[in-house]
Amino acid sequence: MAVQQAVVSHLPATSVTPKTVQYRLGRFVLYIILLGLSILFLIPVYMVLVTSFKSLDQVSISTMWDFPSRFTWESIRKAADQLAPSFFNSVVLVLPATIISAIAGSLNGYVFAKWRFRGANLLFTLILFGMFIPYQAVLIPLVKFLQWADLYGSLNGLILTHIVYGLPITTLIFRNYYAKIPTELVEAGLLDGGGFFSLYLYVILPLSVPAFVVVIIWQFTQIWNEFLFGVTITSVDSRPMTVALQNLSGSQIVEWNVQMAGAFLTALPTLLVYIILGRYFIRGLLAGSVKG
Amino acid sequence: MSMKLRINVLPFMVLLPSLILMAVFVYGFIGWTGYTSATDSNALQQLSGQPARYVGLKNYEDLFTGRLNARFRIDLVNIFFFTVLFILVSQIIGFGLAVLLDQNVKGEGIFRSIFLFPMALSFVVTGTVWQWLFSPNSGLNTLVTYIGLPQWKIRWFISEAQLLEFHWNDLAGILIKILLGIVIFAALLYWSRWRSQTAAVLTGIAILLISLLTFSDLDQLTALEFEENHGFNLALIAVVIAASWQMSGYIMAMYLAGIRGIPDELREAARVDGARELHIYRHIIVPLLRPITLSAVIVQGHISLKIFDLVFTLGGGDNLFIDMPGINMFFVTFRGNDFARGAAIAIIMLIMIAFVIVPYLVISLRGEVE
Repeated sequence: MAVQQAVVSHLPATSVTPKTVQYRLGRFVLYIILLGLSILFLIPVYMVLVTSFKSLDQVSISTMWDFPSRFTWESIRKAADQLAPSFFNSVVLVLPATIISAIAGSLNGYVFAKWRFRGANLLFTLILFGMFIPYQAVLIPLVKFLQWADLYGSLNGLILTHIVYGLPITTLIFRNYYAKIPTELVEAGLLDGGGFFSLYLYVILPLSVPAFVVVIIWQFTQIWNEFLFGVTITSVDSRPMTVALQNLSGSQIVEWNVQMAGAFLTALPTLLVYIILGRYFIRGLLAGSVKG
Repeated sequence: MSMKLRINVLPFMVLLPSLILMAVFVYGFIGWTGYTSATDSNALQQLSGQPARYVGLKNYEDLFTGRLNARFRIDLVNIFFFTVLFILVSQIIGFGLAVLLDQNVKGEGIFRSIFLFPMALSFVVTGTVWQWLFSPNSGLNTLVTYIGLPQWKIRWFISEAQLLEFHWNDLAGILIKILLGIVIFAALLYWSRWRSQTAAVLTGIAILLISLLTFSDLDQLTALEFEENHGFNLALIAVVIAASWQMSGYIMAMYLAGIRGIPDELREAARVDGARELHIYRHIIVPLLRPITLSAVIVQGHISLKIFDLVFTLGGGDNLFIDMPGINMFFVTFRGNDFARGAAIAIIMLIMIAFVIVPYLVISLRGEVE
């Protein structure tokens, strides 16, 4: 009895102590690794910030990694001056393109998720395919079409383009979201005499806020960051911010301080959205892999 | 799934505008591009004022065999190596990060945000920033001196070094040999698991391939009438680093969501049975994550195959060592006015991506219906 007791009281003591040491060591290593990786991931951020606050004469190869010897807004102001017109272009582009493609996607998703008809799956797949195509495969006809419609080189042409090619992803996200809303809810509304649109307005739409947040964030980020359409179908007056940023490096002397400041300014809107609404951003990201 | 509402005219009318837009802007335009690729629509034809003539597959033939189109063949080799490396690297980093963050980490949210934030940036921003980090005389090369290492002399994306050199004419032979290696490996695997039926089929294919190699002259295939060297351009490593920096967090988020979706009871049960953490990952978590791996690889694959902005900002267009089909198409079409050749490149890109995407779409939607 005494022996047994001794064993029982003894066992945890010997088995726990090395385990805790091992456990603590493991935790320590884990955090060191995570910290190290975080630093690696943040190196470009450090570089952008440090360089943005230097003036041109402070930017040199040998002191690239050093803090600015004196902080100055000079570079950021210069980049802001050069990018301002395209910043407003991007704003005017992103707002209607995002909102219209979100509304259209919501209606499409409602039909695909809640109304049964023959060939629905085929049609949905055909729409979805539009999300994955390399846009190079539609670029030449797109340019010719926009020229014909007198939209080439204008912001309206770019808005139209982003609405159209945004339809697949917005439809997908809303469809997957609405699929989780019990159909009985809609059926009950139907029995109460609701029609197609009143069901959408009074049953579906009030439940759609999270999906709208996800879609709007997603479209905002995508359209803000887009480059291929922007560089192809706009003119100097209508180019979005990404194209203007790329053009900063086109000049004779590369002013790295202005470039980094420009990169910082271009990234700022989407970064702010990411920081404030990161949760919804991730949902959009995961929705991009087809299965909701 | 429960019963859906029966359709009448109204819902279909709502769908119709989108369907028409997709039919025109996606399928119609692809058809148009396909037609353009079969004509001689280029600067010369436009100057002559003559309508473009139908030339069949001539543009495609030129791309694969024409002396002036070496750039396109470089692109194909580049995009192959880039895609493979990019998927491999970001899968490893992404999965690694997910596993690390799955260990009940304090401040997980902060770490997750740090690893994922590049995903919110434009490829143009990424390219601009990394272009400077990759400067041959500063940037990362001098950063290492701060931890006591000698300065690196890596030329990053302007490097002209090449590994695994081969002649374009040997490509068919090389591909068959690689395929043969995979088939033999799979056959051995199935023999060792006593799945003799599959193994026998694979062995048959292997014998077929060997005889193809020995009795045909695929090694001596002369698609080109001249020698043309290709290989893995080390400059691509820089592009892989920048792209992986941007995309690894995405892979991490996918895996993390997958891991969190696995019921805790499953892991607890294994732990009670005395399984060690490593075994739990190998035998429970990794097998359950397979569908996510597939999705992630597909997503990365199609992003990589159509990559444009990142390479463009890294100085693509002038730098053939990191050139890609997407860049080539843009310059050929909109700088060289050679619409037909640009269209042909675009169609080849579309075909490559369709090989990846179409089976995936069909499978995942069929799975949903069941």
